[in-house]
Amino acid sequence: MIEVNNLSKRYGDKLAVDALSFTVRPGVVTGFLGPNGAGKSTTMRMVMGLDRPSSGTVRVNGRPYEQHKAPLQEIGALLEAKAIHPGRSAYNHLLALAASNGIGKQRVLEVIDMVGLTEVARKRAGGFSLGMGQRLGIASALLGDPHIVMLDEPVNGLDPEGVLWIRNLLKDLADQGRTVFVSSHLMTEMALIAEDLIVIGRGRLLSAGPLADFIAQSAGRSVRVQSPQAASLRDLLLGDGVSVSSSRPGVLDVQGLEAAEIGERAAAAGLVLHELFVQEASLEEAFMELTRDSVEYHATTAEFATVGRTNR
Amino acid sequence: MSTTALDTQDAQDSRKTTGTAGRHAGGQQVTFPRVVHMEWIKLRSLRSTLYTLAITVALVIGFGLLFSSVVGSGDGPGEDDFGDPTSISLGGVMLAALAVAVLGVLMSAGEYATGSIRATLAAVPSRLPVLWGKVTVFAVVSFALMLVAVLGAFLAGQSVMSSRGLDTTSLSDPGVFRALAGAAVYLTGAGLIGLAVGVLLRNTAGAITLVVGALFVVPGLIQLLPSSWNDAIGPYLPSNAANAVMTVRTASDSLSPGSGLMVFASYIVVLLAGAAVLFKRRDA
Repeated sequence: MIEVNNLSKRYGDKLAVDALSFTVRPGVVTGFLGPNGAGKSTTMRMVMGLDRPSSGTVRVNGRPYEQHKAPLQEIGALLEAKAIHPGRSAYNHLLALAASNGIGKQRVLEVIDMVGLTEVARKRAGGFSLGMGQRLGIASALLGDPHIVMLDEPVNGLDPEGVLWIRNLLKDLADQGRTVFVSSHLMTEMALIAEDLIVIGRGRLLSAGPLADFIAQSAGRSVRVQSPQAASLRDLLLGDGVSVSSSRPGVLDVQGLEAAEIGERAAAAGLVLHELFVQEASLEEAFMELTRDSVEYHATTAEFATVGRTNR
Repeated sequence: MSTTALDTQDAQDSRKTTGTAGRHAGGQQVTFPRVVHMEWIKLRSLRSTLYTLAITVALVIGFGLLFSSVVGSGDGPGEDDFGDPTSISLGGVMLAALAVAVLGVLMSAGEYATGSIRATLAAVPSRLPVLWGKVTVFAVVSFALMLVAVLGAFLAGQSVMSSRGLDTTSLSDPGVFRALAGAAVYLTGAGLIGLAVGVLLRNTAGAITLVVGALFVVPGLIQLLPSSWNDAIGPYLPSNAANAVMTVRTASDSLSPGSGLMVFASYIVVLLAGAAVLFKRRDA
């Protein structure tokens, strides 16, 4: 379990992470989504104690990470591919990390085999491709057989086979009862593997909860209605919290009403319907919707700031 | 202490929910000896480190032999310009110190350059054991190796000078062994200064420039200052203080071997303390 509480990180003038609070629970894969520069990596670095929070706290399995006596058993992380000296072999890199936590050579060989690097493990890591670097990073995350696995953009640079492998690996880890926390900018990837979702934009929390709720609640969900009496139907449906748009004559996209409600109202008014179906927003659309709002909000404040400066 | 630690470990194991976690049960904790072991694996698994150490040994012995072979011949410096036979055979130490200092920088700043520091600190998040582990491994490896190199240079140099009919000295003569150990201390200390500055600057090129400047360039520049300044500052510079420990005949403008050692050690302690404070506090 990862508990982030009112976490902020300031770099000079820039607030990279802004009063972030969320909990990542064990047993499921939790996706961490946000546009570039949203503060995902900074947040993950603070979880690992690599960056010091400007304010707020992070607890890993109940306490700050640095207070754990067996750190690699608590959390294994892939924060950036190739956090390794190019002159050192993958085997020696892992052996050194393992040694610090009293983990044996056998486990090192095991994780190397698990990520499929056995053949190149004794070669200099400097020659590794991005994908091999990712696999090595995942191997180091798994070294301590940890309760929590945290991966920053794990599918970056992996071939389709590797992507499939990661997907299954993460699901297996979650099924074993571990906490799995994965960041990605690939929404489609999240839709396939994540059960919970945490979305941030500009360092702020935009949404946290089950992925299904996230999609359902998003404004992108609409009901498509086709009717020869579209104009009358439109007048009938419009009201508080309901919006209706039309992409072509005779077709309405209704937001804010359930399909059943629309059908019943149409029947009561004697209007003919040719088609009535629910359009689920894709995760991608839901995500764009959320982050667009956050970007607009910040653009406005930036404008005010400029005006303030000019007046002075 | 270890009993308490094991109890905590058992408590951690018992609250595990996953069946697989028991596989590696028993003492998977960070201890200082384990961190030292990690740093030792890191040091021995880089070819560049091993080459640099080999080059350092070669410089100490090679230049010692060279000076012993040519001293007092032709127009070159005479025997007396070096002070004593021990110093002649230690002629390679200053240059070797340069290589050791660079190695120290690579051991710390190099981890920032490659990003491996983040993997290291993820494994040892309490951080300070990593710094002390590096210091321990570096100090032990360097001192042992440099003592052997210095002894080799001394014995080879004395035998060359003896065959050339020059004055020689032996290990049992007063001050000789102290001077040789002092040379190994100087070489190790130069590396530790490099290691500390590497942590402070987190930049390989910057740290190397600073250390080389402070150890090798500044002493030369100070001599250009008015002699009253030079007399006041000169003996307290790190390289000159260390030089007092590694010469048998103490020069008139130099500190005594004991004070020289204290001054040189103070530089190392202060730099390492500063490095520790920043290493603990800063973002990695």
